[in-house]
Order: sequence, then C-alpha cells, then structure tokens
Amino acid sequence: MTMTEKAPLLAVRGVKTYYGNIIALKGVDIDVHEGEIVTMIGANGAGKSTLMMTIFGKPQAREGTITYDGRDITRMPTHEIAHLGIAQSPEGRRVFPRMSVFENLQMGASVNNLAHFDEDLEKVCAIFPRLKERLQQRAGTLSGGEQQMLAIARALMSRPRLLLLDEPSLGLAPIVVRQIFDVIREVNRKEGMTVFLVEQNAYHALKLATRAYVMVNGLITMSGSGKELLSDPQVKAAYLEGGHH
Amino acid sequence: MEVFVQQLINGVTLGAVYGLIAIGYTMVFGIIGMVNFAHGDVFMISAFVALICFMAVTALAGMTGGAVFLALLVALIVSMIVTSLFSWTIERVAYRKLRGSFRLAPLISAIGMSILLMNFVQVAQGARNKPIPPIMRDTISLFEKDGFVVAISYKQILIILVTAILLGIFWYVVQKTPLGRAQRACEQDQKMAALLGINVDRTIAVTFIMGAALAAVAGTMFLTYYGVVVFSDGFVPGVKAFTAAVLGGIGSLPGAVLGGMLIGLIETFWSAYFSIDYKDVAAFSILAIVLIFMPQGLLGKPEVEKV
Repeated sequence: MTMTEKAPLLAVRGVKTYYGNIIALKGVDIDVHEGEIVTMIGANGAGKSTLMMTIFGKPQAREGTITYDGRDITRMPTHEIAHLGIAQSPEGRRVFPRMSVFENLQMGASVNNLAHFDEDLEKVCAIFPRLKERLQQRAGTLSGGEQQMLAIARALMSRPRLLLLDEPSLGLAPIVVRQIFDVIREVNRKEGMTVFLVEQNAYHALKLATRAYVMVNGLITMSGSGKELLSDPQVKAAYLEGGHH
Repeated sequence: MEVFVQQLINGVTLGAVYGLIAIGYTMVFGIIGMVNFAHGDVFMISAFVALICFMAVTALAGMTGGAVFLALLVALIVSMIVTSLFSWTIERVAYRKLRGSFRLAPLISAIGMSILLMNFVQVAQGARNKPIPPIMRDTISLFEKDGFVVAISYKQILIILVTAILLGIFWYVVQKTPLGRAQRACEQDQKMAALLGINVDRTIAVTFIMGAALAAVAGTMFLTYYGVVVFSDGFVPGVKAFTAAVLGGIGSLPGAVLGGMLIGLIETFWSAYFSIDYKDVAAFSILAIVLIFMPQGLLGKPEVEKV
C-alpha cells in the first residue's frame, strides 16, 4: 500500500451481502484513504453496485464490517450514514423525476439544511452549465447525460468528504464522459474530496485512479495502483481491449 | 337558475369536506402505495373529539356567539391534535412493521383497524346519534326569485373559508418547505431519499399526521354542518372521499380536491334534479365511467416517465 499508516477513511472488511439466499458479495476487502481516488472495475453483475449500496446499508452486509472515519457503520440506518459526510451518485442515476432540477439539488443539500446552498449551486452550475439552463425543468424530462450530471451535482451539493460514484459514464457520449472525469479529478485535487468510483469504462477510470481494484463475481481478484492495473496483461485482455477512446 | 345556484353552494360545501378527507387517502397512497382504509374512521373519531370539546367548552362558557366561536376553535385544534395522535399510533402499530411484507398485508391490517376504531367508539360513546345544540343558524340571502330565496349560511361560509385557508397552508408546506420536499422525494424514490439523509420512516409518519389533521378539519366541519355524529359515520364519507381520491387521480393532491368537489357537486345536483335516493349511485357511476376512459383518474400521473 502506497499510503502512510494512517487508518483508511473507509475500510470494508470481509463483507458478505446476500439478496435473499443468493450471495452477491463473497467477502470483500477494500480500503479508501483520505484524498485518494479509488476505482473498482469489473464486468456487469460482478457486485460493484451491490458494494456501493452495502456501504450505505441498503442492503446491509450479513457478515463483515464497514468502518468509516473510525466508526462502525455496518448496521447503521441509511439516512444516518448520509449524515456522516458520504454521498452517492447511485446506479441508474435515480434523480427525482417529478421534481425540478433545482429541487433535486436542494434535496442533495438537505443533510446540512441548505446551509451553503446558494454558493454550492453556483459552483455546480459552473461545473455543469447545462443544468443551469434547466434549473426549473422537471428532472424526468432531461436527457440521460443531463440526468447523470444532475445525479453527480446532487451528490456534490452535500459537500461530502467521501463521494461514491456508480458508473458515472454509463450511456454517455465520449465528450461528456471526458468532462465528467475531469470534474472528478478537479474536486479531488482542489477540494481534497475522496472519491470511490465504480466503472465499466476501465481505461479512463484507471488513468484517474490512485489505486484500483478488480472485482469478479463478488470477490476482489486484483488490486494495485491505477498504472499497474492499466499495464497488467490480464486486465488489458479482460477490460481494455479496444477500449482506448 | 335559483335551484342551480343554491345547489352549487351546497355542493361546494360538501365537496370541501370530501376533498379534505380525500387528501389523507391520496397522500398515504402516494408515499407508501397503500389504501389506508382506517382513514374514514379516523375522520369519524375527529368528529367525536370535536363534539366532546365543543360540549365541554360550551358547558363552561355558555352558548353566546363568542362562546360558540371559541368552542369551535378549541374543538378544531384539539381534534386536529388528538386525531393526529391516533393516526400516528395506527401507522406505528398496524402498518410500519408490515412495510416490505406482501402487498395485501397492510391493507388487511387497515381494514382491521377500521373495524377496531368503529367498535371502540361504539362501545365508548354508544350506538346512538350524538347531537350538538343547533349553532350558527343564520343565513345570508343572496337573491330571491319567484319566492325561492338563494341563501348561504354562516356555516357554509365558515366551512368553505376554513377549507380554503387550510388547503393553502397545506399546499405551501408540501410545495415549499424542506418537509414537503422530503415527502415528495419519498413518494418518488424512497431508497434515494434515504441515501440523501432523509429519515423515510419519520417522513411517512408525518404524512399520516398531516392526513389526519386535515381529516380532523373535515370532521369538525362535518359536525358543525350536520350537528350530529354517530360511530358509523366513518364509513360512507370515507368511501366517498376514497372515491374522490381515485376520481381525481390517486396520488395527486389537486386531484383529491377536484375529486372531492366533483363528488360533492354530483351528489347535490343529482339529489336536486333527479332522485335523492340515487345520489350515491350517480356519484359512483361517474367514477366508473371516468375510470374506463381515464384509468389514472382526472389529474393522475401517467405511469411512464422518460428515463
């Protein structure tokens, strides 16, 4: 591990998650240190999104522990976890379709009671000018890319210490993908925000990452720095072939 | 023309009461997708609480104009509080544990609660009609034609005014406050609301409380208007208000008010022009016809959203 001996901000230890009797995570260990961008790549159905939701206690891990900032959050209710400074842009975006873009952003800032709403609104509008044009529009009428921007902007509105992003590039045009990865790099550098990112778009995600993990079938099979994984022949064969764009 | 105007006034008054109850049905359905069959009985309880308060205050303060006004005000406020507590408790003991269970479970539990409340009041208050002394019998004559006086009573003015004011406050809360935003968020995506730090269970409880508070307004108005209440009064107004919610589009707040108004107007006009015995048939027939052509109700949300 390249970081110092400081305890990780997020530590996932031996986590097993089930849907009914079907096991989705078979004992996962992950570390995310303060200030890092950690990427997890893996195929569809590997359990990446399940891990993201398990961190938030929906569903809760049946075995193992999840600690955040030294505190065990494995059995904590989802809404309390949100109040600890973790935000998530989840799989499928999940914007509130019958609320305006503005209200969706207000929802994002509701953990700190809209304390610095105006300031943060200006900031996310500068990052995503498209949203600024559509503030009063119902989120359900936005295009997929715009909804993705909104989901990320909404997560940023709470000023999280740890940002979880579930496939932020899914279904987006390459130019928008690039823009979104630039945003991730920027919030990480400028504000020191820690980012844990799940991606199928392995090339971009690994280039961005301080460290990375590969998940296969509910298990971590490989880990290392982003560069190491990028040049690993197995990763290349499985996730990067024809992927340079 | 005179009959028409008079029935319009009567219909709007009745519609206001239905609309207030219908909001409770529609909000709960919107947020947890369940028809709260006990809501009509919550309305009945609120009328009883209002009756008890009214009798207590007038026993102490007399029946002068000021005392009656005070008694109604106290009855309204106390009824809103007590009824909210009832509704909160019902949600807590009868529905919350069943969330995430099969869909029929909370529905059956709600019917059970409805029977429980009705019988509780029958035992506690007796099976007979409970009247209050006649109040606010004065009317304002609007115009007269061929000996037919079109009049609006003080009661009707009171009911329409109080309903309009409370609907205004309610609309403001739902549309403009963080609480209302949290409610709408839970209605659209509970999981996401939780991810954003919203306490979903508490938001649902607040929804039950708000629905009950509005039902209590309706109950107090109902008591003022008819001057009598009985333990079974939760059933028919409850079913009518539920019909109103479905007619307007269940889940839609403006729909509940519109549906309530329509049911109230259909009933009074049918009674005036055709047959008073068939007024319920008329109201329910209109519901059936609307649902055939607009299954989501008049102002209901379309099922499909652009994704």
